Amino acid sequence: MPKSSSPVPDIPLLRTAWDYADERLGLGEVMALAAKKTVPQHKHSFWYYWGGISLFFFLVQCVTGVLLLVYYRPGPEAYESVRAITYDIEFGWLVRSAHSWSANLMVFSIFVHMFSVFFMKAYRKPREFGWWSGLGLLGLAMIFGFSGYLLPMDELAFFATKVGLEIPATMPVVGEFIGNMVRGGPDVNANTIQRFFALHVVILPALFIPLLMFHLWLVQRHGNAVPPGEEKKPASERRSIPFFPNFMAKDLAMWLLALNVLALLASLYPWQLGPEADPLAPAPVGIHPEWYFMSQFQVLKVLGEWFPGLTGEILGLAIFTGGGLLWALIPLFDTGSRFEQRARIATWIGFFALAAIAITTIWGYAALE
Amino acid sequence: MHDEAISSEQYETFDDIESTDDPLSRRGFVKLGMMLVGTAYAGAIGYPVYRYLATPVTRAAGASAVTEVALPDAQSLEAGSAMMFRFGTRPSMLIHHTDGSWACFDAVCTHLGCTVQFEPQKNRIYCACHGGVYDMKTGDAVAGPPPRGLKVYVVEVSDAEVVVSRA
Ligand code: HEM
Ligand code: FES
Repeated sequence: MPKSSSPVPDIPLLRTAWDYADERLGLGEVMALAAKKTVPQHKHSFWYYWGGISLFFFLVQCVTGVLLLVYYRPGPEAYESVRAITYDIEFGWLVRSAHSWSANLMVFSIFVHMFSVFFMKAYRKPREFGWWSGLGLLGLAMIFGFSGYLLPMDELAFFATKVGLEIPATMPVVGEFIGNMVRGGPDVNANTIQRFFALHVVILPALFIPLLMFHLWLVQRHGNAVPPGEEKKPASERRSIPFFPNFMAKDLAMWLLALNVLALLASLYPWQLGPEADPLAPAPVGIHPEWYFMSQFQVLKVLGEWFPGLTGEILGLAIFTGGGLLWALIPLFDTGSRFEQRARIATWIGFFALAAIAITTIWGYAALE
Repeated sequence: MHDEAISSEQYETFDDIESTDDPLSRRGFVKLGMMLVGTAYAGAIGYPVYRYLATPVTRAAGASAVTEVALPDAQSLEAGSAMMFRFGTRPSMLIHHTDGSWACFDAVCTHLGCTVQFEPQKNRIYCACHGGVYDMKTGDAVAGPPPRGLKVYVVEVSDAEVVVSRA
């Protein structure tokens, strides 16, 4: 085996180290695989970057999250510790701001990634599990965001969590029990912080990371899907570039761009800390959840006006569950290009979902004024 | 010899990069630029992270810069006994001897840093970790592993308080 095929610079010590590892781990084979892997090039290629961007923001979450752990204390001291991070610890405001901004950018990137995958019909055979694991990752990311939002225990955190947990609590029969178990009592309190903390820093990472590995492994296995328009072209007209180093270099350039955007947002718009939560104080006017829950928030609000009492909430819950289920099952419906009719319906479902989410979100913000 | 091998088909993408020996070539220039930018980013991220993690260390250094500590009501400390207090961040020991004299020491053993204790019945200061013994009046190392005596503070007693300061 030619020992010299190595990507490390031609420095004797590095070469020896590479050869040592290569002989034992077969790194050369991995390199050969990476060299063979290609990424399709066409006018929609831009959308291939969004999975990588989401991954970048997750890595930022891991690093900044562990940094926050150095000073954060869950339980009754939570607010005080976040106050200290924000105002006493040097650059603590920046670490906290980066964690909060990156959380939002991560959820945003996952949404963009999901819709681009949807419109490229990349959920079709053999990529169904990629679609399902991706939905799982989105769900976990949203729970990450929801649980993290409570941790500073300021006024907004308190009411957002209170309202958010009322939604599962409307479920018939089991709702109240579930709400109490999640909160650790009938009301949001120090127990809730402690639970959300365990969820946020142990349980969710423990679920997210293996699922992410599975997702990435599938991407590696099946490669990038091309949109149907490209698929119809003869092979000679289709273009692609090597993954390594060409696509990877572009990927890294995107990461750098993402890092710059994050740095600007986090430093120019530092994440705020409100007054400490007071369970006896009335909810402040204009209270609302993070933007990625705004759509559901608004739908529930409107349904509540149209159908007073529990009816509205149960109806809302039914719509979310049904819609989510339909969205998850789309690979079983739109199975391939042989069924043109179904493919078109699926595309329309995508447009409808995108429009419904966008409109209810904007509506939600407009209704706050 | 290596050059030949590197341009083996599999890794042809690398040979362009590898064959830059001349630092002033276009490639060399780009490479240098990328290294500089990379270093700038590493610094821009590394510096705040360092300051963030180092905050308590810096604060402690500030606290240990004190030169004097006032101990209100310590003048009534019973003769033949000692009290512990913090001098900046360090545990320290004020002793009121039976002959009426006072002594004050840094209570950190000079061997491996355990906190020492006053043993009035044995007329000594003792370190339980490895059996170090210090003189209770001068703080000198008398027996056991300690290489040096304890640091001595100056004591001033008034009607309302005891003030200890660096010698
Ligand atoms: C291993 C990964 C993570 C760790 C160890 C971690 C740790 C933490 C800690 C200790 C806090 C409390 C400090 C504070 O509130 O400022 C926090 C808050 C938060 N986390 Fe995370 N986190 C991780 C991942 C994530 C992810 C993936 C998301 C979102 C998708 C996220 C979203 C949030 C949010 C929104 C807050 C509230 C920020 C605030 O208002 O101060 N976290 N996280
Ligand atoms: S630390 Fe005091 S004798 Fe060793």
